[in-house]
Amino acid sequence: MRNRVSLNLHIPQPKHRPGEKAEFSYVLVPKAGIVERPASDAKAQDITSLAYSLIRVLDDEGRAVGPWNPKLDPETLRKGLRAMMLTRAYDDRMFRAQRHGKISFYMKSTGEEATSVAYALALEHEDMCFPSYRQQGLLIARGYPIFDMMCQCYSNARDPLKGRQLPIMYCSRKDGFFTISGNLGTQFPQAVGWALASAYKGDDRIAVSWIGEGATAEGDFHHALNFASIYRAPVILNVVNNQWAISSFQGIAGGEESTFAARAIGYGLPGLRVDGNDFLAVYAAAQWASERARANHGATLIELFTYRVEGHSTSDDPGRYRPADEGKAWPLGDPIERLKRHLIGLGEWSEAQHETLATEIAELVRETQREAEAIGTMEGGARPPLGTMFEDVFKDMPWHLRAQRKQAGA
Amino acid sequence: MPAMNMIQALNSALDAMLERDPNVLIFGEDVGYFGGVFRVTDGLQKKHGVTRCFDAPIGEGGIIATAIGMGVYGLRPVVEIQFADYIYPGYDQIVSEMARIRYRSAGDFYVPITIRTPYGGGIFGGQTHSQSPEALFTHVAGLTTVIPSNPHDAKGLLISAIESDDPVIFLEPKRIYNGPFDGHHDKPVEPWAKHPLSDVPEGHYTVPLGKAAIVREGADVTVLVYGTMVHVALAAAKESGVDAEVVDLRTLIPVDIETIVASVEKTGRCIIAHEATLTSGFGAELCALVQEHCFYHLEAPIERVAGWDTPYPHVFEWDYFPGPKRIADAMLRAMEA
Repeated sequence: MRNRVSLNLHIPQPKHRPGEKAEFSYVLVPKAGIVERPASDAKAQDITSLAYSLIRVLDDEGRAVGPWNPKLDPETLRKGLRAMMLTRAYDDRMFRAQRHGKISFYMKSTGEEATSVAYALALEHEDMCFPSYRQQGLLIARGYPIFDMMCQCYSNARDPLKGRQLPIMYCSRKDGFFTISGNLGTQFPQAVGWALASAYKGDDRIAVSWIGEGATAEGDFHHALNFASIYRAPVILNVVNNQWAISSFQGIAGGEESTFAARAIGYGLPGLRVDGNDFLAVYAAAQWASERARANHGATLIELFTYRVEGHSTSDDPGRYRPADEGKAWPLGDPIERLKRHLIGLGEWSEAQHETLATEIAELVRETQREAEAIGTMEGGARPPLGTMFEDVFKDMPWHLRAQRKQAGA
Repeated sequence: MPAMNMIQALNSALDAMLERDPNVLIFGEDVGYFGGVFRVTDGLQKKHGVTRCFDAPIGEGGIIATAIGMGVYGLRPVVEIQFADYIYPGYDQIVSEMARIRYRSAGDFYVPITIRTPYGGGIFGGQTHSQSPEALFTHVAGLTTVIPSNPHDAKGLLISAIESDDPVIFLEPKRIYNGPFDGHHDKPVEPWAKHPLSDVPEGHYTVPLGKAAIVREGADVTVLVYGTMVHVALAAAKESGVDAEVVDLRTLIPVDIETIVASVEKTGRCIIAHEATLTSGFGAELCALVQEHCFYHLEAPIERVAGWDTPYPHVFEWDYFPGPKRIADAMLRAMEA
């Protein structure tokens, strides 16, 4: 029998567009503390429900509740708070530097700081991170100098990457931070390869990678999950679902019919779905997956459910594709505010201390920016020597590059 | 020294490197227990263990990406892409990642990977088992592209590729795996055992990257070739009676400009031959280099003999393949100019 119903082409649409009222009633926000925490060696097939729920530790009053509470000491919590605040202050400053024409481009991580910072504290410093372009919080939390980060953005004479990369595409081998690519998703299967190498050598270090929900549509996402599952790689694969890929809502990446965490199920991997604005939940999930990987139980896929508060980069205006007040309607709050409230509730922090720290950080960022700009910005100042443009294409410079360097007048 | 064909020589190189360096490991489709569809990894899993030589799923992008991660860690993976025609799903990882990691990290990271892959026609493989994609790699800054033409070089070049701290695309001309096929498809191919370059030393030795070999000295015309075409050019020289100097480039990038220039300055004439399609092929680069470096020594136009600008046709394989007759004609035209 022929189908007599007219076929419809479905094009996913977000719930609201500019001029409409922002609302997130469709976002499931379970109470904090209700999701069970299985043993980290649980069989993936026995814990599939974790891919459809939302692991949350901080409740609406800022208390840490439930089995995922990592029970961190106040010192670690304050360290996390400071790193998130520094990341945000750094982002604000560099965003403005772009608006002043001093750098060509910038991408903020506002609202998503916990997805990096909590990880940096949960992992060992020697674990290898394969980040996307919005994990500057990792470097900051690992103690990488913001002066070097700024010089990278300014492409000046002190840029550790010799002016070769777009701003924010940092790299630091000693801090376990892999060189960032502008081609999306490529780092995901590379992280799996690194993890396999670590296993091959009988090392105890693991690899961790981050990708946006938009980039999960790339083939590399599939390769990463497939290879990680086949060879039981000691790797943690994170999908930072910040709801937006430039102007495309997460439905365009395939988020309408299922969760991104649930992608893990078909590969036989555990998939955790985590409140990405909850510092403690992110920390706890990272800890669970890292325990699992270190004990040779293989990879975990973690969806960090969060919200991109700002535009994708300095090149887009989010007002053109989503309601201006959408961020205010976002139901999972702000990671810095939530952790601050928690610390205050514990009696380990105060508004006054917060104020003092914020001022201190603002001053540090301003002062460091002055130092970095004194060396050079895109507007002028000291750049890396021209001849360096021809270096590092190969280990040893072949004849044709030597000839071209001469032609370029270097 | 034992006589080896190309497959045995490549196998011997891999064996030597697995033996010598614990950071070397091999993976690819069907390369483990079975030993590869062309048998290049035959016996290596049994001898060195499953973690040193293992099967990969059919996902070239994943194979190359995971190799990159391993290289970043400090291993020296050697991956096999079953046919060069299958490499395209991994092309983004090759071009945007593997080739540039040293550069974009300012030397902080590098990837000492070798990608081995059989390429070229002459086996009635149709469009998807016959291509010569070398120009897609020579065009990319940061890649070393190597093509051997005989068992001795195959082993020595593969060892150099594995030991290189830069990523290497190692293209294996599959038509000459078993013998030096010279383009005469209607005649049986002599086995490698009768060829002097099938004398392959045991153990470790290297043939340097970036160095061409003059496989036939001559005074009249320089022929720049690599892979299977080396043997086709030698047949053409013999059959045309032209005293051709046949230069086997061995490494395409970085190309051995000194050997090329010295030869063309001596002969004053230059023919370039490859199986790959003509337009924007590596022959165009060679032609430009010879023109730039040897213009005042040239006595005839440089001529390119190549595959036609069509997909590789199944039934017209031998009309497509640039055989000895086409090269001999080009030599004679160069001599008449």
